[in-house]
Amino acid sequence: MSASPVDKTASAGQDSAPAAPPARRIPALLPAIVIWLLLLSVPFWLPLLGGYTELGTRVLIFGLVAMGLNLLLGFTGGLSFGHAAYFGLGAYGTGLMLKFVTHSTPLAILVGVIVGGLAATVFGPLTVRRRGIYFAMITIAIGQMFYFVSVRWNSLTGGEDGLTGFSRTDVDLGGWILHLQHPMVFYYFTLFFFAIGCAVVWSVLHSPLGHTFIAIRENQKRLRFLGLPIGVYIWIAFAISGFIAALAGSLYALLNNFASPEDLNWVLSGVFVIICVLGGMRTFWGPLMGAVIYVVAQDYLSSITVNWMSFIGAIFILAVLFFPWGLLGFFQGRFQK
Amino acid sequence: MSILDDIHISRRTLLKSGAALGATSLMYPAMSAFAKSESPIKIGLIDPQTGTYAGTGGNEILGAQFAVDEINRKGGVMSRPIQLLIEDSAASVGQSVQKAHKLVNRNKVHFLMGAVSSAVALALAQAAEQMNTLYMDTGGHADAVTGTQCRWNTFRTCSTTWLLTAGDFQTIFDKYGKNWYFITPDYAFGHSLHTDYVAQLKKAGGKELGNALAPLGTTDFSSYLIKAKSANPDALLVLTSGNDQINTLKQATQFGLNKDMGIGGPMMEMEVLEGLPDAARYGYWNMEWYWNQPNTPHVMDFVDRYKKAHNNKVPTARSWFGYASVYALALATEQAKSLDTMKVVKALEGLELPPEIALQPHKTFYRASDHQLIGSEFPGQVKTGGVYPDLFEVADIVDASKIARSAEQKGCSISYPS
Amino acid sequence: MELLLFNIFNGLIIGMFYALMALGLSLILGLNGIINFSHGAFLALGGYIAYSLTPVIGFWGALIVSPFAVGLIGLLAERVLIRPLYGRDPLFSLLLTFGLAMIMQDLIRTFWGATGLPFTIPDTLSHPLSQVYFFVTGYRVFLVVLSLFATASLFALLRFTRVGVRIRAGNADLETVSALGINIYRLRAINFAVGILFAGLAGVLAAGRLGLTPTMGASLLMPSFVAIIVGGVGSLLGSMLGGIIIGVAAGIVTTYYPAASDVVIYLIMAVVLVVRPRGLLGQEGLLE
Repeated sequence: MSASPVDKTASAGQDSAPAAPPARRIPALLPAIVIWLLLLSVPFWLPLLGGYTELGTRVLIFGLVAMGLNLLLGFTGGLSFGHAAYFGLGAYGTGLMLKFVTHSTPLAILVGVIVGGLAATVFGPLTVRRRGIYFAMITIAIGQMFYFVSVRWNSLTGGEDGLTGFSRTDVDLGGWILHLQHPMVFYYFTLFFFAIGCAVVWSVLHSPLGHTFIAIRENQKRLRFLGLPIGVYIWIAFAISGFIAALAGSLYALLNNFASPEDLNWVLSGVFVIICVLGGMRTFWGPLMGAVIYVVAQDYLSSITVNWMSFIGAIFILAVLFFPWGLLGFFQGRFQK
Repeated sequence: MSILDDIHISRRTLLKSGAALGATSLMYPAMSAFAKSESPIKIGLIDPQTGTYAGTGGNEILGAQFAVDEINRKGGVMSRPIQLLIEDSAASVGQSVQKAHKLVNRNKVHFLMGAVSSAVALALAQAAEQMNTLYMDTGGHADAVTGTQCRWNTFRTCSTTWLLTAGDFQTIFDKYGKNWYFITPDYAFGHSLHTDYVAQLKKAGGKELGNALAPLGTTDFSSYLIKAKSANPDALLVLTSGNDQINTLKQATQFGLNKDMGIGGPMMEMEVLEGLPDAARYGYWNMEWYWNQPNTPHVMDFVDRYKKAHNNKVPTARSWFGYASVYALALATEQAKSLDTMKVVKALEGLELPPEIALQPHKTFYRASDHQLIGSEFPGQVKTGGVYPDLFEVADIVDASKIARSAEQKGCSISYPS
Repeated sequence: MELLLFNIFNGLIIGMFYALMALGLSLILGLNGIINFSHGAFLALGGYIAYSLTPVIGFWGALIVSPFAVGLIGLLAERVLIRPLYGRDPLFSLLLTFGLAMIMQDLIRTFWGATGLPFTIPDTLSHPLSQVYFFVTGYRVFLVVLSLFATASLFALLRFTRVGVRIRAGNADLETVSALGINIYRLRAINFAVGILFAGLAGVLAAGRLGLTPTMGASLLMPSFVAIIVGGVGSLLGSMLGGIIIGVAAGIVTTYYPAASDVVIYLIMAVVLVVRPRGLLGQEGLLE
């Protein structure tokens, strides 16, 4: 069940879907420029299309965590069903810092990222020797432990009711004050961190490390025979994606000024995986595309019909049936033909 | 003509106006009566339409929509129509806050209301405050909303946990006896129900024999029921709600516990009764509002109107929360002659609901000190063998102002923005 | 001590539920290679169909007809939605079945309403069997017996019928089975329908125990996957054993620390995966 279909049914020979485009040619320069221009101008065109700034911020946050997860899922071949745990730890870490310790938003983010990222780094080694569905299930198990703690530790986390009573504060950049409470300012604040996350993923993928990840996805056995410490590489991918998930979670807590146990639940982990698969998990921008579709469709459809879940379900089904490599994978395939 | 002038509408005039408007315009009552230039007053309603709480959330929405239609038929507020923008929270906190941002920043609503679960209510209260918007909690019961976490912008229509327990404490104590056992959902809402009951039990000379804490979302309560049975109490207090409550009662019935001890609790809802098989409908409980009040004026009239519009379904307490909340916002706006948040807040403080809206015998008002609606509680007995909608027998209608704790006791002191 | 014994018995009942779910999931995961996230929705559908059938054909009729009706719907779903997925990365099956589950939940809510519905079981089953062991109700015993019967039937089907033998063979080596000229599409369709039929049966039984809500299947889904992993992917006996083990474990923990009864199954799974990576009876190399 790794990203490369090694399950026995694949050998039946039906898997004639076009091989995913090689990762090193993505992101091609032109799409990247278009995407960045679009992202930079969101607060100006999104309201014209009936959106609102916080929706853009939410897309960025889900896109960020999905891109981080995709480093593990799409490029290294590790199906994690527990990344919500690191996302949620980032959220709680930041929320608790702001509530009890500091009024500095950057410091709170830093602590959130370290808490969530370290948790992924510490627990990563437990997972790396497993593959496929076993990998998925052990990541769920670890994630559910954290979920359990967040629900049970009432006095600190607020239990089922979630953590309230903190809010993002203005940031003083040497006399120039960022009014983060303003939705548009917070959008650009989030975009800044999104860019950092993108840069990290991009440079990893274009380093020898990234090539090793892809090689692991394609043929783990061969690399093992070559004497590579596969586990260490998967661990590194796990840790990096955990840090990015924690960063996204931290921003999510600031967006809502709230942290909830549902931020750590496996259901949210499942949503992250779905976003990756929907957008195209072999591509760099696929997860962002998946996040755009998932977040915007949910937001828009649930305002106009009670049966919005049917429409989202239909999107999933159609995407699987007609876009064999995710939406972006499909378009990229077209381009290169 | 505004709702304040026209509030004493009789059934006959309503029927007449309904007939005059005709069936088609009744379907679109909001816009027809107003000039195009009148921009609507927008209320954003965030309630679960899908997921675990969809049943209760759906009834809050029906009640709110019913009130909006009525108000618009009668000329709206400040001669402007009310528009209700409904958003599905799916009982998810993250989605609720997102919808709050959307309603305020994109749809430019003037007020926010809604919530079934406490977590959503607490989060919405905070999000609304940060957007300088008034928020009316319709159905999230946690004490903190109008207690330790009370806010200048937040009001609440449903009861506190204290009111729920104080509402029927005496009834259960008198009917069943003084040795109590509790099954408590293991989170803040359940804990505070338990604490509140125990405080009253001790004062009355009763005894707590034990308390089984069940995680939220438990489906199998048999382990807790067995502990309860071996403690052999006079009364088993079921503090769970929603689906958890249905499961508790079904299983208690299968084990025959209701033959050995009295069973009751702080909160019974029509939605829960509808989900229970007849054999599991019994016990003394508290309702926050009930449709069958033969001696209270206007109630039968309201129920008839509601049933007519809703396929013969009676209004539940949840429908009434939605109904009363919309009217409260409308009345306060009319009184403030403004949509300014602070002015409407000031008008809501101390606002008394007229009897046509309150639909209960005691004075019903939003207390200024903590923004909690103080009205009535309806302790009574669930009718075994009852046929829908006649499922509950109100024993007493308790005046909440006689049992409510003060804002200081609840740990609330409201601070206003300067 | 009595409480502990009871909770073990109780865990056995819950475990039988997980086992019924896990058997269906495991069949579908094995031969079809599909991670079926719509299993919980099919379970709910089974319960609701039985609810609507009961006034017409009674509880016993509904108990038999409803699972087969759900199985037929499963057959249709296989033909239209699942078949194009064969041979592709199982992640796509996860996405598709998740979407299917969302649609089914919406449809159930639209048809039957969001408010919970009571499902009445016959009086003969709804009473305690003994005064001392009052918690042993007729329905609970019936539940265990019927689950065991259904499981035994499944094993007999797989052991003694031609289709069953082929399913098992396909599970072990699909390529060879295909090369022998057996229509593997039909085999997979039958297999999928049988798996869904088990979800429907679990749904009827769950309705009698818990009542009906559109989301009733959701909370059973993940424990059932855990049961498969604990028991070992590819082994039906293992799935059943896994279900019973986590059910009993949750029961025991409920006695001493109820709050942890949810998380204990994940703890057990983590321990099993560390100590015995393929699960109790799993085969190496399946679905990795």
